[in-house]
Amino acid sequence: MNLELIIFIVLALTGAISAVGMITRPNPVISALFLIFNFFALAGLYLLLNAQFISIVQIIVYAGAIMVLFLFVIMLLRTGEEPKLFSEKKHIKYFAIVIAVLVFVQLGYLIFYEAPSEYISQRVQQSMEAGTIENIGQQLYTTYMIPFEAAGFLLLAATIGALVLAKKNFE
Amino acid sequence: MNIWEIIIITVIKIGAILTIMLLTVSYLVYFERRISAWIQSRLGPNRVGWEGILQPFADVFKLLLKEDISPVAANKFIHGLAPFIAVFVAFSTYAVIPIGPDVTIFGYSIQLVVADVNIGVLYVLALTSLGVYGLTFAGWSSGSKYSLLGGIRSSAQMISYEVSMGFSVGGVLLMAGSLSPIAIVEAQYGWMWNAIVQPIGFITFTVAAFAETNRLPFDLPEAEPELVGGYHTEYSSMKFAGFFLAEYANMIIAAGMIVTLYLGGWQVPYIDKLGLGEIVTALMQVGSFFVKMGAILFFFIWVRWSIPRFRYDQLMNLGWKVMFPLSLINIVWVAALIMIFNL
Amino acid sequence: MPINSSEYLQILPFLILGLGIVISTLFEMYYKNSENFLPWFSAILFLVTGAIALTGLHDQTVLFGGMLAAGGKSAIFHFIFNLGAAIVVMSSVNYLNKYGANFGEYYILLQSSVLGMMMMSAARDIFMIFMGLELMSICFYVLAGINRKKASANEASMKYFLLGAFATGFIVYGIALIYGSAQTTSIDAIVNNFSALTDNVIFIVGFAILLIGFSFKIAAFPFHMWVPDVYQGSATTVTGLMSTTGKAAAFSVLIAIMTAIFSENIPNTFVDYFAALATLSMLFGSIVAIAQDNLKRMLAYSSISHAGYMLIGLSAGNESSVAGIIFYLAAYAFMNLGAFAVISVIEGENDSNTELNAYAGLNSKSPVMAFFMALFMFALAGIPPMAGFFGKYYVFIAAIEADLTWLAVVGVFSSAISVYFYLRVVVYMYFKESEYDFIIQKNNSGMFAVMVSGLLVLVFGILPDTLLTQILSVINY
Repeated sequence: MNLELIIFIVLALTGAISAVGMITRPNPVISALFLIFNFFALAGLYLLLNAQFISIVQIIVYAGAIMVLFLFVIMLLRTGEEPKLFSEKKHIKYFAIVIAVLVFVQLGYLIFYEAPSEYISQRVQQSMEAGTIENIGQQLYTTYMIPFEAAGFLLLAATIGALVLAKKNFE
Repeated sequence: MNIWEIIIITVIKIGAILTIMLLTVSYLVYFERRISAWIQSRLGPNRVGWEGILQPFADVFKLLLKEDISPVAANKFIHGLAPFIAVFVAFSTYAVIPIGPDVTIFGYSIQLVVADVNIGVLYVLALTSLGVYGLTFAGWSSGSKYSLLGGIRSSAQMISYEVSMGFSVGGVLLMAGSLSPIAIVEAQYGWMWNAIVQPIGFITFTVAAFAETNRLPFDLPEAEPELVGGYHTEYSSMKFAGFFLAEYANMIIAAGMIVTLYLGGWQVPYIDKLGLGEIVTALMQVGSFFVKMGAILFFFIWVRWSIPRFRYDQLMNLGWKVMFPLSLINIVWVAALIMIFNL
Repeated sequence: MPINSSEYLQILPFLILGLGIVISTLFEMYYKNSENFLPWFSAILFLVTGAIALTGLHDQTVLFGGMLAAGGKSAIFHFIFNLGAAIVVMSSVNYLNKYGANFGEYYILLQSSVLGMMMMSAARDIFMIFMGLELMSICFYVLAGINRKKASANEASMKYFLLGAFATGFIVYGIALIYGSAQTTSIDAIVNNFSALTDNVIFIVGFAILLIGFSFKIAAFPFHMWVPDVYQGSATTVTGLMSTTGKAAAFSVLIAIMTAIFSENIPNTFVDYFAALATLSMLFGSIVAIAQDNLKRMLAYSSISHAGYMLIGLSAGNESSVAGIIFYLAAYAFMNLGAFAVISVIEGENDSNTELNAYAGLNSKSPVMAFFMALFMFALAGIPPMAGFFGKYYVFIAAIEADLTWLAVVGVFSSAISVYFYLRVVVYMYFKESEYDFIIQKNNSGMFAVMVSGLLVLVFGILPDTLLTQILSVINY
């Protein structure tokens, strides 16, 4: 057992346990805390895959910005009604279970029958380089220039949309 | 070097940095009190030891001996966790700030930084953005309105100023062409300090650093006149000390980042031209880093005791309508410089 | 691969519209009365963009290393989107004033949504499809709830957002599986290897999930739940936009990703899926629409059944069916936009006068409106010589060519049912006494929008060949 595997197991366990904790806690703030742990574990896994940029962006964007805003909203709202949702509407639970089973079956199929590692392993060097920040920058400003610019318009539209919906002076 | 040597060297580095940090934090508190007293024509703490030099230790003992109270309405687990988050984040950030050039000690070539991460700047930004959790969770878990308001204020404030902070750093990254703090320092050789090349970025980053460390004039999360003590209203004893520690550690990190990114880090302009020995040069460079950091820290304290607190809407306006556009202008300015002078 | 800057000249429509968005935003920021200026600016912007897109019709290229296509089908779609949006802008001004919701941002969001649609129809890479789809959808979510005072508009916006986000989730999941199995996001690469890829179960699953996601967006039957409430609750002009150009954009993507099936002699793997969806949508839309008393809700169900007719084209899956779908989309865009423009003119405060009763005796109140409404209803029902007839005709013919005669028969049957509820409106307008009085506010720009769409419906109906030959000339590249 080498160091990498040990780290992987630790991170994977942290991720899995925190994910379960996130969906089982009745208190949304605690759930958010577990989700943050989950993001950390995920960021660590990305780092193991040599995808430093994704890893750090995962922390900056998800853990550092999105979850802070989530918490901001959760703390301002009174969330006493939340736990009732699943006890009152059983079919939501069954639906969720069905979806979860489907996703598991599909993941299992991918891992055991498709064996993605077989053809990925041939390109280890390539995938090592793909995750570096230099490479991502290069790709973003050459091959993916147009989607990148489109993303700019997407964010502009989303910002304007949010401003319209929050507009104060509505006569 | 085999793996054990690397581990041992790293542990020694971590120990050294931690010791320096803890000492600096305690004396920073002392200096803050003395300087504020001087600014306000008071005496300040001057009884414990010579000129009050042992005051920090007295303070720590006092906090240790206090009763640790957690309120009835508090969420005990998170209430206890929050100060640890704050301290952990504050201390782990320091790992990537270089305090000197490579030196050779006992035949080992050692970098004077705990970890030379090639995305170091992003690492700092990531951890700073996490620092808010300590405050937010503290505010929420205390079960007190004042604390909650403080926590909510801190989360909104941090997010707002992170934006202009990140964009200001963009200019530095353009100049250095790297995210590694060491490369950024080396790119500021001579007088090519980023503070001189891109003064707007320097100003926006410094202002954002004030906001991120919750220092006056942006200390709204604790604003004493309105919120009692803000997010740490319900904390006492060592948990309170944790927040205290984190706040001053954050200040030191902010100063370290400002020095690294904008004031040439450990560089002394053209010192290598003087032909001094390696050890002397290195010592002077490390010394210059701490002198610069001290100057910035003094500036932090000076501002705190000179400028009144902002109102919350003023804070948001400043962040989004002034600092954010300015940091964008800075990026354009740096890009233009690079294009014109082929830097 | 580095980008050749001359390629930017070939996406001039995008650049103009993008520049327009930026200029509009700046105007909105610094100019107090921007809402009086922006409608006209947007209308001109849309017309210019549409016209420029048309000039590049026969100049088909793939640009930016296979990210975007210029000319050809996408040019026709760009023209439809822009002309449609121009009509929506014209009918919006007075409509929004009625609600006091005439914000400058409304027009910026309109422009952005059209930019998103244009990206979708020109995309040659799944990335671009996703970017365009999100740009369009996010604008629609906000536009649907632009009238914040109205509870039903808020409900519509929220419902649309939640279900739209759900559908987007499906699409992203599908894209992930497709990328995992095909190891590329380029549509051309996927299309060229389509028969090899369909051996891979993961690819099929991913593709099916992608199709389900887009079935949401085109409002086909089992995925239509959001349609009635959203179409009824949203601002009428916005409903017009999302039911026509939004649907056209989603169809343009479906056509693009199904090209493999259309252009080569590969068995149409998804024919059963599309045929089932088409049958259900047509019959469900037509039958449920009969029971509707609210005109907007009726048109919502009619929109579901029209999605069904268009899906016939996808299940037929040959060149003439693609041409038929594009023609149908163009025709449907203008007749439906026209109908919604009429509703927006008639509609009073607080959603009043959208019930069928309000249209009783419309002929005596406003003969022009009644005439055009009748025209649009005839066109929607598919009665010659309106454009709607030829749309259905081409699609049915294509289905028969592809040995799917039964589907065409179902389509004709469903059209026959739909005649009932379309003509009911006409009967109300001309042969019933007015039940209660209300004043139709003077609305010149709205009237103009109605007339332009009416004219287009007539032109497409009387001279269908002009459009169809253009479509057929660019269908294979």
